[in-house]
This record gives sequence, C-alpha cells and structure tokens, in this order.
Amino acid sequence: METKVEIRNLCKHFGSLVAVDDISFQVNRGEVLGFLGPNGAGKSTTMKMITGFLTPTAGTVTLDGYDIIQQPLAVKQRLGYLPEGAPAYPDMTPAAFLEFVAQIRGLQGADKQRRIGEVVTRVNLSSVLQQPIDTLSKGFKRRVGLAQAILHDPEVLVLDEPTDGLDPNQKHEVRALIKAMAKEKVIILSTHILEEVHAVCTRAIVIANGKIVADGTPAELEAKSHYHNAVTLTVSATAHQATEIRPALLKLSGVAKLELLQEDATHLSYLILPKSDRLIVAEVSQCARENHWKVEELHVEKGRLDEVFRTLTTH
Amino acid sequence: MRSYYTWVILKRELSSYFATPIAYVFIVIFLFLSGIFTFYLGNFFARSQADLSPFFNFHPWLYLFLIPALAMRLWAEERKSGTIELLLTLPVTVAEAVVGKFLAAWVFTGIALALTFPIWLTVNYLGKPDNSVILAGYLGSWLMAGGFLAIGSCISALTKNQVIAFVITVVVCLAFILSGFPLVLDFFSGWAPQWLVETISSFSFLTHFNAIGKGIIDIRDLIYFLTLMAFWLFATAILIEMKKAD
Repeated sequence: METKVEIRNLCKHFGSLVAVDDISFQVNRGEVLGFLGPNGAGKSTTMKMITGFLTPTAGTVTLDGYDIIQQPLAVKQRLGYLPEGAPAYPDMTPAAFLEFVAQIRGLQGADKQRRIGEVVTRVNLSSVLQQPIDTLSKGFKRRVGLAQAILHDPEVLVLDEPTDGLDPNQKHEVRALIKAMAKEKVIILSTHILEEVHAVCTRAIVIANGKIVADGTPAELEAKSHYHNAVTLTVSATAHQATEIRPALLKLSGVAKLELLQEDATHLSYLILPKSDRLIVAEVSQCARENHWKVEELHVEKGRLDEVFRTLTTH
Repeated sequence: MRSYYTWVILKRELSSYFATPIAYVFIVIFLFLSGIFTFYLGNFFARSQADLSPFFNFHPWLYLFLIPALAMRLWAEERKSGTIELLLTLPVTVAEAVVGKFLAAWVFTGIALALTFPIWLTVNYLGKPDNSVILAGYLGSWLMAGGFLAIGSCISALTKNQVIAFVITVVVCLAFILSGFPLVLDFFSGWAPQWLVETISSFSFLTHFNAIGKGIIDIRDLIYFLTLMAFWLFATAILIEMKKAD
C-alpha cells in the first residue's frame, strides 16, 4: 500500500497530435519526482491528467487506490495542485482567496483559521494578505498558488513549474519548502531548470515527444553523461610543456579523449574523458606524481545533466 | 450536486462582482436606463395609470444588452485567466461550478432589480396600484433575466474571448425575444411544419414574460423559464466538461 500514485499506459491525443504516448510510472510516499522535458514534451498535459483536469484518451491514473475517472472527488480531495503560471482570481486578495479555497476544501472554524495561518507563515504571505492578487509581483503570485495547493495538507502535491520566473532567493525558498514537505508526501513537479533536479528531486523522469526516455535518480541520469567520471586536471606549467603532458595523459589505459580547457603561459588545463565506465582519477594522479607536475586542480566530474538532457531529448 | 459547494462558489463569485467596478457600473446603468425608459419612452406620468407596465415592458430590451455583458465573463474569463484549471481541480463537480456561478449572476441581477424599488414607491405614492401584479412583474422579470443569463453562461463556456461571447449571446437572446414575432415566424412558416412554427413561437420570452407580468402566475410560464435555464445550464456543464482545457 506504499504506492501512492500510479500512472498506467496514459495517452492523450489532441486530434491527430499525440501529446502523451503510453506513459506508465509509480510514485511512492517520500519521493520527489522531477518531470523533465523540453517545452511541448507533454509534461503539463500529463500533470493535467493526473489532477483530473484533462480526461486521458486512454490509460488510468490512481491515487491511493482511487481512480481519477471513477472517483474524481476522492482523488481531488487528496491532491494539491499548482497549475502552470499559478492562476488565481485576480480581483481577490490572498486572504479572501485562501478563505475560498479552505471552504471548498471543507475546512471549517478554528481548524480553517489555523491552517490558513500556518500556510501564510510557511510561504511568507503575511505582508500582502490584503492586496488584490492582480497587483502582486510574480513571486508573490506563485506563493499564493503554492499556499492554495498545500492548504489542506494533501497527500499528493502536483506542482507545474513551481519556481518558474522566480528570483534566486525565491527559488531557494520554494525548494526549501518542497524539501521540508517531502518526507510525508508524494510530490510531482515539472521543471526545465536542471539544477532544480539536484536541489530537490529524489527521482527524475525525462519525457520527450510524449514518451518517457529516462527514469532514475539524478545520479543515475548523470551517469549517462559522457562526462561521468571525467577528470579535470590543471597543472602549473608553461605552454611548451604541453607537448609532453598531453601524450603522457593520452597514453594512460583508461583515457579515451582529452579536451583542452585552457593552455596559456602559466597554466595548462584539460578535461580527461574516460573509456566507458572506467574510473581514471587514480591513474591520472599517479601519472602526475611520477612526472612531477605541479597539480593545481584535480577533480572528478559527476556528469552533466544538461548534456544528458540534450542527448535524450533531441534526435 | 452538493449545495454547500455551490454556495461557496456562489459567495466567491458574488463578492467578486462587488470587488470590481462591474457591480456598480451595471447597477447604475441598469437603474439609469430603466428610469429613462419608464419615464420618457414609457410615458409613465402621462398614462396616469397606477401600474408599472411601462417599467417592465422595456426589461426584455434592457436585458438584451445588459445581461450578455454580465454573462460573457462567467466562463470566458475563467478560461482566459487559467483559473478554470484551478476551479475544476478543486473537489467540486462541473455541475456545482456551473450552477454556483450562474446563481451568483442571477442573485446579482436580483439585487439590481430590487434596487429599482423607488419606482415602486413612486407608483404607490401617486396612486393605488395592484401590488400583487407588480410583484408578479418583478418575478417575471427576474425569471427572464435568469433565462438570458443561462444562455449567456453557455455561450461564454464556448470561448475565451468575452467580446465574441457578448455578441453571440445578444444574437441568441434576440432570437428568443423575437421568436414570437412575425418576422421570425415567417422565416419558418414557408417551409417548416406547423408544429415546428408553433414550438418556435412558444419559445418566445415575451409571450411568457407578458403573461406573468399581467399578474397571472401560470405554472406553465414558470416551467418554461425554469426548464429553459436548466437546459442551458446543462448544456454549459457538458460544454465545460468537453472542452475545459481548450
């Protein structure tokens, strides 16, 4: 009974356009699932089907055993949703808006006031509670949307681009908030900011053209990168020494390729790519020691998500 | 349909009318125009009769432009601002949302209508009108406003463009007003069977509104307006369900 959200063979067609093409996955409590993909890949469409806004062409979405088509209200009660762009009634104040959502969520009396109070503190809304939402900055609007989504302390939280258009501080706050809630909830969020995956997600699904092209932890995704386990080496040496250093590095058994990062009068810097799945840092450092290079920097790359992302989503 | 949820949506909608200039502009224009129509065009004083028929007679024409202006935003605005996605992913059914929003608009027109009470005071000050006829007139007028609103709600559900919603609603409402007029009936009588022509004629707002306005509240006239509203609201719900994401 740990599986909270189960998506099975989900499809969505708009006329002849196939927006989502046979997607299946499960998300458990405690997981923060990042939905990655280029614009138009089907991220938002999938989220709209999970939240019951769109009816799937085929396939099922179940939440805690409840089917979104058969028992939409049971699902919607357990779900908090921040739609793309955080829509809210522009002429209302955040106070009135949250009051409305609380009532629709069935919260009443002291309990309602307590929840609204908690959420307002949690997303830092108290300074703008009585201003029309229309007049708020993008960051505050986003927070109103978040507040609305977490108001009833839902088991499942679906956030469509929760940090889009926020400044770095606000992004940090939102991510901290997501992390703080992660333990007791299922959180599904979409993003195209790759650093966000590192910052908050325990798992990432990459979709392209409506299909899942990768599903794994951020570290697993990074391991698909050419740069996974690559070594950056910077030595203090003059440019003419490069002719000795380069061949020495290329001779090492695990090294596939050398990328030049910088060669000037005082520093030589290389990115050394390993042959498939080899760990070469030991070899490289031994080589440096034997040749008495003055090593200034030596570190292992984990991999580059943006590169993996590009390889997976372009053909 | 659960009344609590409908009530919460109704409250939100209604307070949103008063949070924007819509409510005040609508009420002022409505009162101003009904005043002009009654006293100048309707020759209220010159008739020297203690009734409000010059007041009510102009309501269909007043509503023809004012009600679509109120109804056009019902769903078109939700679509445009994206709040439709928020509203319909809250634990409410489409029917509750449709009825809640419609009722808010209907209650609002009721408020506007009630604010015409000075005219009623005037006629009572000047003479001895039959107040039950006046009450029936108000009821008929309010029911007719509901009919216009239900039509407007359905057309508003079709588009995110409020201007389009307005224009089409005016045209459809005009058809409903005019369907008792020879202009429209002649168009059909040439080729359509007699029963169809009679059906079209019986759809006219005016026929039923005038009947109620005479002070005779016939159950058939009430049923006409109520089924009309139910039908258009049902159509609204189906349209929203079908194309909520477009």
